[in-house]
Amino acid sequence: MSEKVKELKVSAIENGTVIDHIPATALFQVIKMLKLDVFDQMVLFGTNLESKKYGSKGIIKVSNKFFKPEELNKIALVAPHASIIEIRDFQVTRKTLVEIPDTIAGIVKCFNPNCITNIEGIPARFDVVDKEDIRLKCHYCEKITVKNNMVFK
Amino acid sequence: MKNKSLVSINDYTKEEQLRVLEVAREFEANPVQNILTENVIASLFFEPSTRTRLSFESAINRLGGKIVGFSEASNTSVKKGESLRDTILTIANYSDLIVMRNPIEGSARFASEISPVPIINAGDGSNQHPTQTLLDLYSIMQTQNTLDNLHVAFVGDLKYGRTVHSLVIALCNYNTTFHLVSPVELKLPSSVKMHIKEKKLAYHQYTSMEEVIPQADILYMTRIQKERFSDPLEFERIKNSYNLHKDMLVQTKENFRILHPMPRVNEIHINVDPDPRAYYFQQALNGVYVRQALLAIMLGYR
Repeated sequence: MSEKVKELKVSAIENGTVIDHIPATALFQVIKMLKLDVFDQMVLFGTNLESKKYGSKGIIKVSNKFFKPEELNKIALVAPHASIIEIRDFQVTRKTLVEIPDTIAGIVKCFNPNCITNIEGIPARFDVVDKEDIRLKCHYCEKITVKNNMVFK
Repeated sequence: MKNKSLVSINDYTKEEQLRVLEVAREFEANPVQNILTENVIASLFFEPSTRTRLSFESAINRLGGKIVGFSEASNTSVKKGESLRDTILTIANYSDLIVMRNPIEGSARFASEISPVPIINAGDGSNQHPTQTLLDLYSIMQTQNTLDNLHVAFVGDLKYGRTVHSLVIALCNYNTTFHLVSPVELKLPSSVKMHIKEKKLAYHQYTSMEEVIPQADILYMTRIQKERFSDPLEFERIKNSYNLHKDMLVQTKENFRILHPMPRVNEIHINVDPDPRAYYFQQALNGVYVRQALLAIMLGYR
């Protein structure tokens, strides 16, 4: 049995979810989006780690938590290449990639200041009209919010 | 379509749009019908409007309905800081259908989601104004006897004109050839052009309208506003090249008609008005028939 031995910058978890290949700049945004800042179990994370593919990356390890795809897919807005690894008894049991969902609700603000969502404080909802370039069409004002003017709640 | 709100022209399928036009034709033939005598319609205009508000109110009156509402928000509880949500939930108690114009974009969609009675969007900021699109489609249908395979020329401010955007998108269902005439700064945005490309329809762009007139079945004129230009000199340079005069109408197709959503300033000279090809005042009248049709359909009388 050959086992690749490598130094772990962030300790292993026994059970839970590892979110890998997060852009280093988006790590804290992902933590916020997944509400890990108020989560009550062990959360380990590292950022500005070396990545062969992306230069530098962030990683999050969340103990005793297995996410539903719809909970995780929203992070694709800031971490489009993130991989999701489920760990049970220190073993990888499942590995998937995030997918940009068809609709986004409650996490991005509509960039149009004259949109009803910004005036009456209604959660903004979007249809993702372009998954490559990430263009979000507001369900209410129908204006397009692009990556550069995305503001997260 | 009964009790279903109309917020965006895309809320109606092509078949549903055609159904409205068909019912509108009935009201054009017979405009006074007492079918809404049991109904109260709320007409909520949070910003001033002449044609849209009065044509809705005319439509309601000609159908025997009662109107409650306001023509500007300054005398209402909105001024006291009431939310749109509370305003709509309250007024829905007093009426069977709400016609609303509001300068906040997306306000009509939001209202339609919380209101127990159907909403007709009479304009939400720069976003949607679907009853204008339906009356434009009706006017094209009435002058051409069809909506299919027409050459439609749009002239003026194609960038900011919301009526242009909605009508272009609606016409993409009818194999239209588009002739887009505008100053470079006011070209049709790519988000609208995308719909033309998706349907693989032909479109041509011009900066002057002379060569378009002989090819067009419909010439849809719009107003160019000075404030749209970053350079006021640029406006001065181009402003007269998008004005239509009688002597420009020498060579046209027989079925050629001129439309304008109005108000006009000087983009159509009044010497065009007596010409039988000038259709814009009839177009404004068509707004009454189309709105009568919508009210009758949404309240379940047609």
